[in-house]
Amino acid sequence: MSATIARTLDMKGFACPLPIAKTAQAIRELAVGDLLEVLATDPGSVPDFAAWSGSTGHELVERSEEDGVFRFLIRKG
Amino acid sequence: MAATVEAVRETTEREVRHVPHRKLVIMAWSGDLDRVWPTLILGTTGAAMGMETTIFFTFWGLFPLVKEDMRITGDNWMQKLLSTMDRPGLEHVKLGKMNFAGAGPAMMRKLARDHHVASPEELIELAKDLGVKLVPCQMTMDLLGLHREDLIDGLEEPAGATTALVEAQDAITLFI
Repeated sequence: MSATIARTLDMKGFACPLPIAKTAQAIRELAVGDLLEVLATDPGSVPDFAAWSGSTGHELVERSEEDGVFRFLIRKG
Repeated sequence: MAATVEAVRETTEREVRHVPHRKLVIMAWSGDLDRVWPTLILGTTGAAMGMETTIFFTFWGLFPLVKEDMRITGDNWMQKLLSTMDRPGLEHVKLGKMNFAGAGPAMMRKLARDHHVASPEELIELAKDLGVKLVPCQMTMDLLGLHREDLIDGLEEPAGATTALVEAQDAITLFI
């Protein structure tokens, strides 16, 4: 499994449901095991990404926040 | 990298509950902007979550699916009159409350743009791309005098209540 980020999706400024919906679109293009980094500012995306990860089988590997920007690292399942 | 970085495997496992339903069926009955919008938000999100998602458009819910360049629809004077009182097309949907002759929806759309909320037009394209099945109700089409060519592209074949209910049997169902 590669530790390098295959793609970064910048959803800063965008509101629900775009961060999740665009993530679902983006992850289709990746191979199983690839890492997708998503940047978002919508506070609702924090619970949403946890819920989304659990129901899709894509693993939320890491979650962090810096200056109001949430960063989600997702491994395609 | 900031010290706030945390591994969330355990958290994720704790937060995530088993999802028994892998299907979502929405009955889109209303042509009001404040119902069409959440319908499309939930539909696209369901598909993004990997749920097999179907939206059945019935009664007033069908008018937003009419092509923008259609001004008057219907075969007889009553159907035509209906479409003049309630202009078809997603760009012309009204608010269920505080419509104020179109000022309400215009303000709502402005607010949405300012807050980077996707418009219904963007969401319907996103829905199609994510594989949401958009099904027009055949009976309503007959009732309102709407034909397949009056409606936007990318829809499923028109179907009836039986199809909707069979689809809904093992799904989360919402009536909006």
